[in-house]
Amino acid sequence: MTETIDLTQEAASPNGRGATPGAPTTIELVGGPPPGAATLEARDACAWFGDRLVLEGVNLVMPAGRVTALIGPSGCGKSTFIRMLNRMHELVPSAALSGEILLDGADIYERGRRAQDVRMRVGMVFQKPNPFPAMSIRDNVLAGLKLARVKCKQKDELVEQSLVRASLWREVRDRLDSPGGALSGGQQQRLCIARSLAVHPNVLLMDEPCSALDPTSTGRVEETIAELREHVTVVIVTHNMQQAHRVSDSCAFFLAAENEPGRVVEQGPTETLFSHPDDPRTLAYVEGRFG
Amino acid sequence: MTAVRTPPRTAPETPARPASRTPVRPRELTANDVVTMIGCAVSAVSLSWLIFSVLTGGIGWLGFGLSAFAIFLALVFVVTAEMVGVTAATDRIATTVILASAVLLMVPLVWLVGYVIVKGVPGLTAHFFTQDQKGVTPILPSSAGGGAHAIVGTVMQVGLALVWALPLGVLAAVFLNESRSRWRRPVRIFVDAMSGLPSVIAGLFIFAVLILPYAKKIQFNGWQVFSYNGFMASLALAMMMLPTITRTVEVVLRLVPDGLREASLALGSSRARTVWSVVLPTARTGITTAVVLGIARAVGETAPLIFTAFGYDLMNTNPFDGPQESLPLFVYRNIRKPDLSAIERGFTGALVLMMLVIGLFALARYVGRDRQRRRGNRRRPRLPTLGDQPSIGKQTP
Repeated sequence: MTETIDLTQEAASPNGRGATPGAPTTIELVGGPPPGAATLEARDACAWFGDRLVLEGVNLVMPAGRVTALIGPSGCGKSTFIRMLNRMHELVPSAALSGEILLDGADIYERGRRAQDVRMRVGMVFQKPNPFPAMSIRDNVLAGLKLARVKCKQKDELVEQSLVRASLWREVRDRLDSPGGALSGGQQQRLCIARSLAVHPNVLLMDEPCSALDPTSTGRVEETIAELREHVTVVIVTHNMQQAHRVSDSCAFFLAAENEPGRVVEQGPTETLFSHPDDPRTLAYVEGRFG
Repeated sequence: MTAVRTPPRTAPETPARPASRTPVRPRELTANDVVTMIGCAVSAVSLSWLIFSVLTGGIGWLGFGLSAFAIFLALVFVVTAEMVGVTAATDRIATTVILASAVLLMVPLVWLVGYVIVKGVPGLTAHFFTQDQKGVTPILPSSAGGGAHAIVGTVMQVGLALVWALPLGVLAAVFLNESRSRWRRPVRIFVDAMSGLPSVIAGLFIFAVLILPYAKKIQFNGWQVFSYNGFMASLALAMMMLPTITRTVEVVLRLVPDGLREASLALGSSRARTVWSVVLPTARTGITTAVVLGIARAVGETAPLIFTAFGYDLMNTNPFDGPQESLPLFVYRNIRKPDLSAIERGFTGALVLMMLVIGLFALARYVGRDRQRRRGNRRRPRLPTLGDQPSIGKQTP
């Protein structure tokens, strides 16, 4: 597509702030996550709301530097699962869970491990764009540094890098000081992606990031996801079959029978899951016969 | 099967506009109705005048008004029922009664404001805002001297009260809205109970707990910090402000979408940092409104000041030493004096105080305006999935 942005070219553009042409920008974050993408692995993960078991026995590997899509009908526990991956699940008062979630081999629910550190390494983009209304675009991008107490000297470069990675730089570079809420819905969502990327997370979780967006904005966000692959592991929840097909490397199909907890019915490379799945229910779902 | 073609539906070339087509607005009164109402009103007044002033000895203006209104209602009902029907007549009566109640409600307010204006304007001079009561004797006219010492005292006492009440109020509101403690319910009940606290009790409390035991014992820098002074008054006023500020801030914190809290937490922020860096800045305009409402609540209080600021006829710019005047005290003390000029001066003080309160409320409306306009189309976002799970930060009362 013509809209695809070449990173080096963008960084070398004459209007770019502080970027030296050709040179790869190395931005140092002090107190941030370790560099590179990380592997996430769920082992026998279960989740409850109150006494109700909503997710049972999920075993899933989300390999580093890949895009994993979680698909399935509503109410099958996809969003609950993705919220378990960065400890947002436990914010719901009645929530409980069991099993292990391994981030590069270490359980994120280990006793003594701070949820804040986990959330800093595993960023999240929500269904509804939620830029901070009281902050400018620039401050929104840098909000993660302030909130997670990460230090960075090259703030201008970091803002540019994050916005370029979120494919928003070209649209907002002249108005970085205008409020974040003044952008369109699609731009706001990419601003939220840029905000998550600014702390250089190892994993980026996306919970139906395009469900509130129009097709054009969806296309931009999907391009963004494709480019993010080299920097972070992406886990995306989507109701859109075509989107899962387009953006993901591997796929997991969640399903919950009536009054039963959600389970992973089938998982594997996206191509296999969409062309010849093993389970008839998967075939029915990806062909759009239910759900 | 042949396709049936429907004729194209287009508007006629020139839309005909016959003169007979007059728009009818069924809910509006016609000229005929207005004339009927006026006629009924005139006959009602005439009839009651005839009965109560000419034929009998008279029953006073209240009885006259009530009976005139009753006769008016009866006439309207009879005439409308004759002309339009009983249903319309009932409707008309109900409308009239409700409208009359609304007008009646306005009467005391307009009367009160008008009375204070009429009484207060003669003493309102430019030097009211610059002079105190130095050298003013009972034989001088009401325009002698001024209330500058009272204005200064009010500003200092209310300002100090705000310094104590705002941090406490915001903290309490954060506790009520952002924490998940099970003490929230008792605290909320306490805040509600405190907002019903009679203001004289607040003053008495400060008097009994701080002034009586410590007035002579504790001095600082030669100032009697725990005697009658503006500082003690500000403590009593802070007790009056605290519940107002807490409840207002709590309401605006509840309007901050949960999505923002989640976004902040997902970036690796602690709950405290989320509140400080995301929630409070988002609710900034609302907190400003809370401040103005808190000031407006405290600025007109007299009772808490009687045993704390005590009142003083001269300028005292040190709120930590010596009795201080304030506008409500100025009014209270002057109106109790026997001389007419002092009473008039009291009304002038009341006028200034009233203008101050009205100005503050206007300011609150102006500051809060933006937030209220946006509230309409902003839905409170909820956590995704699984239908009815409770979202974070939202309390179940």
